Amino acid sequence: MNLALFWAASFAVLCFVLGMACATVRLVRGPTAQDRVLALDALYINGMLTMLAFGVRSGTGVYFDVALLIALFGFVGSTAMAKFLLRGEVIEP
Amino acid sequence: MSTDIPLWASIPASILLVMGGVISLIGSAGLLRFKSFVARIHAPTLGNTLGAACVLVASILVFSSIEQRFVIHEILITLLLFITSPVTAMLLMRAAVYRSKRERGEFEPSVDSSESSTGN
Repeated sequence: MNLALFWAASFAVLCFVLGMACATVRLVRGPTAQDRVLALDALYINGMLTMLAFGVRSGTGVYFDVALLIALFGFVGSTAMAKFLLRGEVIEP
Repeated sequence: MSTDIPLWASIPASILLVMGGVISLIGSAGLLRFKSFVARIHAPTLGNTLGAACVLVASILVFSSIEQRFVIHEILITLLLFITSPVTAMLLMRAAVYRSKRERGEFEPSVDSSESSTGN
């Protein structure tokens, strides 16, 4: 039954990579700046889910730390860019 | 995979992984296909919430059955994602409304600055 889990995790990785490709197309093509920030947000969420599916596929807990770090720094990055679009600077005096 | 995972954990984990992948792919395809930004901001929230929750529950099942104890540190990512994803969406929507108003020229700086200083 481990084979079914292996192939399900591989299918999930394939889906997340296709989602990352969609987000990359929107990141390159997006008409406005907020479209690009939204595409970057979807890109890091899909990358984090790819890491989690890799962890299930290989059975090691190492990928969990990578996913946690991607979630933390992705949130900081996209929030900083949204704040920059809103006000023109990130940290206001 | 080296260790043997019992049947009660591997079948729901497989189903949840496939579901999470398909849901996240639908959300990302919506990000690509919708016409305006206001419609587009709704699409990836599907993958952010339901797709991520499916994959995280599958990960909890698999690692609990591998290590023969209750592994729940994936709840950290769930909590982090469920708290931070609405914050990012709200900031992006505020930026989009502000920028579209400024493009159309119907923007009063005094009102916005006082509102933002109280909002922060």
